[in-house]
Amino acid sequence: MLALVVAHLLVSLVLPGLTGRHTRIAFGVAALPPAAALCWVLAHSRAVLSGAGPVEAVNWAGPLGLGFAFRLDALALVMTLLVSGIGVLVLLYAGWYFERGSGDARRSAPLLLAFAGVMLGLVLADDLLTLYVFWELTTICSFLLVGQSGVTRESRRSSLQALLVTALGGLVMLLGFIVLGEAGGSYRISELAENPPTGAPLSVAAGLILAGAFTKSAQLPFHNWLPAAMVAPTPISTYLHAASMVKAGVFLIARLAPVLAGVAFLPAVTAVFGIATMLVAGWRALRENDLKLLLAYGTVSQLGFMTVLAGSGSYTGSLAVAAMLLAHGTFKATLFLATGVVDHQAGTRDIRELSGVAGRLPWVTTVSVVAAMSMAGLPPMVGFVAKEAAFEAFLGGGWDVAVEVGLILGSMLTVAYSARMLWGAFAVKPGVRRNEADPAPAALWIPPAVTALGCLALGVGYPLTDALTSAYAGRIAGHEGEYHLGLWHGFNPPLAFSALTLLGGLALFALNTRLNRRRELLPAGMSAQHGYERVMGSLERVAVGVTGRIQVGSLPTYLAIILLTVLVVPGSVLLFRETPVENLRWWDRMLQLPLALVILIAAAGVARARRRMTAVLLVGVVGYGIGGMFVLGGGPDLALTQFLVETLTLVAFVLVLRRLPARFTETESSRGVRVPKVLLALGGGVFVGFASLIFSSARDTASEVSVQYLEHAEEGTSATNVVNAIIVDFRAFDTVGEISVLAVTATGVASLVLTARSSRRRRHARSRRDIAVTSPGTSSGERGSEVS
Amino acid sequence: MSSVNLTMAIVLGGLYATGFYLLLQRSLMRVLLGIVILGHGANLLLQQAGGAPAGRPPMLGEAPVRLMSDPLPQAMALTAIVITFALTTFLLALAYRAWQLLGHDEVQDDVEDRRIRRLESELAEGESAENEQELDSEATR
Repeated sequence: MLALVVAHLLVSLVLPGLTGRHTRIAFGVAALPPAAALCWVLAHSRAVLSGAGPVEAVNWAGPLGLGFAFRLDALALVMTLLVSGIGVLVLLYAGWYFERGSGDARRSAPLLLAFAGVMLGLVLADDLLTLYVFWELTTICSFLLVGQSGVTRESRRSSLQALLVTALGGLVMLLGFIVLGEAGGSYRISELAENPPTGAPLSVAAGLILAGAFTKSAQLPFHNWLPAAMVAPTPISTYLHAASMVKAGVFLIARLAPVLAGVAFLPAVTAVFGIATMLVAGWRALRENDLKLLLAYGTVSQLGFMTVLAGSGSYTGSLAVAAMLLAHGTFKATLFLATGVVDHQAGTRDIRELSGVAGRLPWVTTVSVVAAMSMAGLPPMVGFVAKEAAFEAFLGGGWDVAVEVGLILGSMLTVAYSARMLWGAFAVKPGVRRNEADPAPAALWIPPAVTALGCLALGVGYPLTDALTSAYAGRIAGHEGEYHLGLWHGFNPPLAFSALTLLGGLALFALNTRLNRRRELLPAGMSAQHGYERVMGSLERVAVGVTGRIQVGSLPTYLAIILLTVLVVPGSVLLFRETPVENLRWWDRMLQLPLALVILIAAAGVARARRRMTAVLLVGVVGYGIGGMFVLGGGPDLALTQFLVETLTLVAFVLVLRRLPARFTETESSRGVRVPKVLLALGGGVFVGFASLIFSSARDTASEVSVQYLEHAEEGTSATNVVNAIIVDFRAFDTVGEISVLAVTATGVASLVLTARSSRRRRHARSRRDIAVTSPGTSSGERGSEVS
Repeated sequence: MSSVNLTMAIVLGGLYATGFYLLLQRSLMRVLLGIVILGHGANLLLQQAGGAPAGRPPMLGEAPVRLMSDPLPQAMALTAIVITFALTTFLLALAYRAWQLLGHDEVQDDVEDRRIRRLESELAEGESAENEQELDSEATR
C-alpha cells in the first residue's frame, strides 16, 4: 500500500515537465496511479468484506516505535473508492477544463495527483502518526491548490484561511493522538480498537481529536474556510472541497469510533455541532447566488449530517454514515463537475445571469437532475437509501427525538437548495437573457455522467451498497444488525419523514424568494468570517505588542538578560546545594600566587583601558599568565600551545589595530548604565569562581577515561606523552574536525581581508581618476580614501 | 576527597568578571577582547574542574602515574585554545570589515526592532484614543 502512495508521489514529480506542452496527456498520465489504486482495491474487495483485508507495516525508526502502518478494511475500502475513483474522473475532466499549457494547469496536475496519493495514504493509515502525517500533507496540498498563482488577494486570503484553520485543528488533533497513544500503549488504530484506553485520558483525547475533525470537516464555528476555498478552479473544489478531503474529519470520527466508544459525551457533542452546522449552512445555501458557493454551503450542511451519524456509534448510524459518504461523494462530485461545465460553457455561474441552459446542455442537465435527486434523498438514488437509514438510526426515545427533528429540518433545507440549484443553473427564468452556451465536449460531461450513474447504481443496486457498508457497521457495533439498506422497507416512520422532508423542502423553495426579501431586513448577526478576521487581527496585534516589548534590538541588553538568567537559575541551585566545599587550600605551588596577581591586575587593566593597543597588550599579558599557570599545573604541551597561540593572536590584533583609531570610539555610557553592567559582570565572576570550587571538590579521582588513557597510551600508541596520544591517536577524528574548523576560518578571514583590499584599491583608482578629471589641484579624494 | 585550590578560583572569578563586563560593551573590539578573556578563563576552568591537584606532566616514565595531572582536561583545553584562536581571528576580520564599511566598530541597536517598538506605541495610543471616543459617545448617549 505504501508502494501505491509512493507511486502517486513519484509520478507527480515527473509531471511538471510534461504538463507545459502536453496538458491533456499529462492529466491522462496523472490519472493512471489512482486508476491503479482503484483496481488494486477492487481486486481485494472480496477479502476485505469478509474481514481479511491486506495489512502492511513498514518500520522506520524501530526503537521509537515509528513506522508506517496501513490496513485496508471496509471503511478504507469505501473511502478509497471515493478518493481514487473520483480522482481518476476529476483528473481526466481537468485535462479539458484547464486551458492548455496555462499556469493553473501546470500547477494543478502534479498537485492534484500528489493530493490523491496522500489522501489514499490517509484513508489507508492504521497508525495514528501515519494518519497525522498524511492529514497535514492534504492540508498543504489544499493550501497550494486554493492559492494557485496567488495573484489575487482573495485567493491568497482564502488559501491562508484554509491552511490556518485546518492546520490549527490538526495540531490540536496531534495532541489528542499523543494522549490516546500514550494512554493506550500503542499508536496502532487496530490495536487501540481492541484495547481502548479508559477514563480521563480517553475523554481528553476525544475532545482534542474532535477539534481536528471539526476544522477539517468544516463544522460550526470553523466552517467558513470551506466556502472561502471556492476561489479555487472547479476541478479542485470538486475533488478536495466536496468529494474527498473535507470528508477526512467525518472519516476520522468513523475510523476512531470503536476506540472512542467509551466516551459518553461523543454522540451528544457530534449531534449538537453537526445539527447546528447542518441547519445554519443549509439556510445559508438558500441565499447564495453563486452556484459554487451554494454547493459549498450544501457540502458544509451535509458534513454536519455525516458528523451526527458518525458520532452516533450505533449499528444503523454507522451503516448510514458509510452509505452517506458514498452518496455525498457521488452526487456532490457530479454537481460540482456539472457546475464547472456550465461555468466553462456559459461563462458565468451566477444564478441571476443563467437562463435556459438546459436546452443548450441537455446531457449536463440530465446528470445534474440525477445527482440533485440523490442529494434531496429521492428514490431510487443512493441518497434516499442513506437518508432512510439515517432516519432509522434515531428512532429511539429521549434525545433521539430532538436529533431526528433536527435531521428532518436539515433535510428539508437540503431539498430546498437542491431544487434551487437545479432551477438556478438550468431553468428558463423570465427577464433573464438566455445564455449562448456551446455544447460541451464529451470529456467534460462524461466524468459527471459516470458519477451520476454511481448515484443511480448504488441506489438501485442497494444490496451491493449494503454489503460495502454493513461490513464497516458490523465492526463498529460488534454484531450484525437487523437493518439492511434498501429502497423499500414498508410503510414505516422513515418513509413518512422522507415524504415530509420532500414536501417541506419544496414549500421552502417555493417561498424562498419571498423569504430572501425578508431576510435582508433582518440585522446581520454573528458571522463566522468576522470572528475569524477578528481573531487574526488581534493575533497580529498581540504579536506586535510582544515583539515591541521583548525584542528591543540591543545586544548588551540581550546578553545581560542571558547572564541574569544564568545567575538566577543555576546560581540559586548552587546556593541551595547539598554538596559541601571542603579541604580548601590556598595554592598547589607557591608560584601560583604572584602569577594570579599579575593576571588579575592585567585583566582589570583591560577593562579600564581606553586605548586599543593598551587593551590588546594587557590581554596578551593575561594569556601569557595563563600559560604560566599551565606550566605550574603540569601541562607543558598546553603551555607551549598557549604561548604560541597568544603570540599569533597578538600579531593578528596588531595588524588590524594599525588601521583602526588609537582609542575606542564608543561613546562613554552614563553611570546609570555602567554600574549595573559592572555589578552583573562581578556577579557572573563570583558565580563561576564559586562553581569551580564545587566542581573541583566534587571530584576526588581522575575520570575512568583518563585512567584508561594513561594505561593504554604506551602499548596502544607507543607514545609516552599521554596528551599527545589523546590528540593524535585516541581522539584523532576530533582533531581532524578541529583542523577543518581552522581551514574554514582561514578561508573566511582571507575572503574578508581580500574583499576589503580589492574594494580599497578600486576606490583608490576611482578617486585618482576623479581627481584627474575634475580638479587636478585638490587631493581630498586621495586623503579620504586613505583614511577609510 | 581532594582539596580545592582557592587562588585558582579567585583568578577564574576575576577573568570571568572582566570577560562578562567587556562583553556588555558596545565597542566590537572590546566585545572581542572579552571573548578572548572568557576563552582563557574557560581553559583554566577545565583544569580546575578536573579536581586533582596540579601534579607532574602526564609523560609516562617521567613520574609515577598517580602523581600525574589528569591528561583529559589538558587535551580538551588544547583543542579549545586552538579553536578560540580561530574564532578570534575571524571576529577580528569581521570587526575590521565592519569598521571599513560603516566607519565605526560599534554594536548598534537594530533599527527594525526600534521600528516595531514605535509601531507598538503608536497602536497603543490609537487604541486608547479609540477607547476615549467610545467612552465619550457612551457618556453623551
